[in-house]
Amino acid sequence: MVVRVKVNGEWREAEVWAGTSLLSLLRDALNLYGSKNACEQGECGSCSVWLDGALVCSCLVLAAQAHERDVRTVEGLRDDGRLHPVQEAFVEAGAVQCGFCTPGFVVAVADLLQRDPDPSPATVREALSGNLCRCTGYQKILDAVSLAAARLRTQA
Amino acid sequence: MSIEIRRKGGIGESVRRVDGIPKVKGEFEYASDLRRDGMLWGATLRSPHPHARIVTIDVSAAAAAPGVFAVLTAADVPGKKTFGLDVQDQPVLASDVVRYAGEAVAIVAAEDAELARAALKKIAVNYAVLTPVTDMEEALEPTATPVHPQGNVVRTLQIVHGDPNARADVWVEGTYETGMQDQAPLGPESGLAAPAADGGVDLFIATQWLHADLEQLAPCLDLPPEKVRLHLSGVGGAFGAREDVSMQIHACLLALHTKRPVKMSYGRQESFYGHVHRHPSRIWMRHGALHDGTLVNVQARLLVDGGAYTSTSPAVIGNATTFAAGPYEVPNARLVGTAVFTNNPPCGAMRGFGAVQACFAYEAQMDRLAAALNLDPQQLRIKNALRSGSVLPTGQPITGTAPVRECLQRLRDLPLPAEESPLDRDPMLLPGGTGNVGHGESIKRGVGVAVGYKNLAYSEGFDDSSEAWVRVTIDREGPIAEVKTAAVDVGQGIDTIVTQIVRTELGIDRVVVRQPDTTIGSSGSSSASRQTMMTGGAVQLACQAVRTEIERHGGLQDLRRPVEASRVFHHRPTRKLDADGQGDPHVSFAFGAARAVVEVDTDLGLVRVVQLAVVQDVGRALNPQSVLGQIEGGSAQGLGLALMEEVALIDGLVKNASFTDYLIPTILDMPPVVSEMVEEPEPGLPYGAKGVGEPSTVVVPAAVVAALRQATGRDLRRAPVKPDDLVGL
Repeated sequence: MVVRVKVNGEWREAEVWAGTSLLSLLRDALNLYGSKNACEQGECGSCSVWLDGALVCSCLVLAAQAHERDVRTVEGLRDDGRLHPVQEAFVEAGAVQCGFCTPGFVVAVADLLQRDPDPSPATVREALSGNLCRCTGYQKILDAVSLAAARLRTQA
Repeated sequence: MSIEIRRKGGIGESVRRVDGIPKVKGEFEYASDLRRDGMLWGATLRSPHPHARIVTIDVSAAAAAPGVFAVLTAADVPGKKTFGLDVQDQPVLASDVVRYAGEAVAIVAAEDAELARAALKKIAVNYAVLTPVTDMEEALEPTATPVHPQGNVVRTLQIVHGDPNARADVWVEGTYETGMQDQAPLGPESGLAAPAADGGVDLFIATQWLHADLEQLAPCLDLPPEKVRLHLSGVGGAFGAREDVSMQIHACLLALHTKRPVKMSYGRQESFYGHVHRHPSRIWMRHGALHDGTLVNVQARLLVDGGAYTSTSPAVIGNATTFAAGPYEVPNARLVGTAVFTNNPPCGAMRGFGAVQACFAYEAQMDRLAAALNLDPQQLRIKNALRSGSVLPTGQPITGTAPVRECLQRLRDLPLPAEESPLDRDPMLLPGGTGNVGHGESIKRGVGVAVGYKNLAYSEGFDDSSEAWVRVTIDREGPIAEVKTAAVDVGQGIDTIVTQIVRTELGIDRVVVRQPDTTIGSSGSSSASRQTMMTGGAVQLACQAVRTEIERHGGLQDLRRPVEASRVFHHRPTRKLDADGQGDPHVSFAFGAARAVVEVDTDLGLVRVVQLAVVQDVGRALNPQSVLGQIEGGSAQGLGLALMEEVALIDGLVKNASFTDYLIPTILDMPPVVSEMVEEPEPGLPYGAKGVGEPSTVVVPAAVVAALRQATGRDLRRAPVKPDDLVGL
């Protein structure tokens, strides 16, 4: 079947098998490798993207469900080639080690901070509880969220 | 212009990771992102039985399926039929017998991943099922079925120190167990093999040790080593899981057979079958002390389950046994360690490598001893702590730093988190979080402490080295330094450390780290807390040679042609153990102490770790932010072992090969980690820096379970601790 999806502002089309996930569409058909495949079960959040503005695990969404809809991935997070403040904060705070979970985290944090610019520590933990990181123990990820939130509030 | 010794971005600064920006942008290429025009996908058929004879394999239907380019079995392996890091006893593809559930039996290359997986189902294997050996004690019984012809002992060693019959005033005794932990790196095992015009193959791979892979691949492929070229691809975490070969040989076989590039990438379930795990352990210990708390005698019998093949079991049991007396002065000891073969999945390297299991046992014993002596457990530890100059049970003196007391004292000085009433807090902060259906009426708090240690680099006479090449050229923007090694950045940050060392040694800001491959000499594995010492040391030596040459030319401003140098770094030699376990087995040691504060809901068996505090001996922190990141990440894996992580096996079958069923700590499970570094530079190591990746993983499981014991009064002997172990007080 042919699926037509607006990805990061651009309409893209691909011929896929009916059982293809949105993650596979992005990675295998559209060559967008930023969204990672680490569990195929919606447990790890490495494949987090926005579907019509809602945060989803793209491994749990069929490509066909995204037909004629808007998808935004980590590749669409930058603005005019500049790093998004969340991306900047992850680098500065040391929230990146192996980096495999990072694109999913960056998307999930950006989503949180656009909904809640000043989240409490408990809110942050709850919002990110669907994203697994095996390297950092999460401490520096929490530091990055605080840093990004403070900067985004100053910008706003 | 003379060269400054310290530059911006040099050692000692929290320099940002060199790969940070590509990683946050999603542009960093991991092995699972590799693509080539015309590439095929490989897939692996695995045994469903832990022990069986293969009667027949019929691949004809699979080979005839549309889109299938190759179906290979053991008969198609052109060279050596087995591989392995230490002993090559693991079949590339099983031929006559399968020894664990998940063992590779056949491989397929097809047009796409779906077709490859579909073809696996068309391979007909007729198995004659045999009884598996799945218990490590039973494996040692004379009547046990031998997993391998030589029997079920992988290695046994005995350390006899002083007078093992020495008498003590007070004895405590216990048996402790740890479960099989999975490294669970988020990046799955992946690689791409491309056939080359010279009849060889290029493998782009996520691994921990390119040259160990090469040594195992070339004989199996029946190719000279120069025709097997390994190139590092992006590595999504490792923690020991990538020390052994997984899909490397399979992808190369398929590529050479089909003359097409072949990619293999495991899913999460297959990842659980496709790599080794942390050894489950069963450890008996008996500690004897004088009334004043002086340790007199430690007896230990350690058993670890190596599973079906050797992997690194000999070194793991070597570590567990040599560390069994803990970071204490023990004048008399008898420590006996055995690694056994079973039909469970193979076990090998995981962060902490034998030292984790030993620490879990000896620290539980120290608390029991303190209770028996009616002494403060921290005082007991401090009283007996190792120091520089202490002699270990192997007879090896500690020639470097050993700030055990410092770690414990600084840990004791860290304030405890305030106790909060369970009644008026956010339900997220209850044990079990919002899943806690109680009202906080049965919450008990406990505090536990553990101290431990780990060797740095390889031990017992292994010839360990790393090579580095450095070149300095001048272009329009000025001097630029290139550096190449075969060291793998698995996420720990060696590429950044190397950059810092080059800046410090050469005073050049612009540093390019070339992608590792096998055209340069080995850097050894990114494991055993060794790369900063070994590859850092090699880069330092190469830089110093380059610097001498530049100075001979009158300095950077007069440099007309590139200057380059290669150097190999060796750590001081170690010696094997003799029949009584005496020798000089380890290069150097890193110590750490952890304190866990927990709350247990004793109605529900749910746990909240309120805080972890870790004080770690780091020698000298070359990148403090990255050191703290290692301490925190290692703590999380330790918490996982204490509370939730275990590969569940029933009769040799893995029951939880997914992230739905095998739980690793989430951001809700992880408490704040207060981490502090003890910086006492280690003589003889480059910059005095000790490896930092492992001590927190060694001590945190013991500290968390100690805290649970204190909270509940229960004599918890096994990690992970399950809710059933905690309910109904």
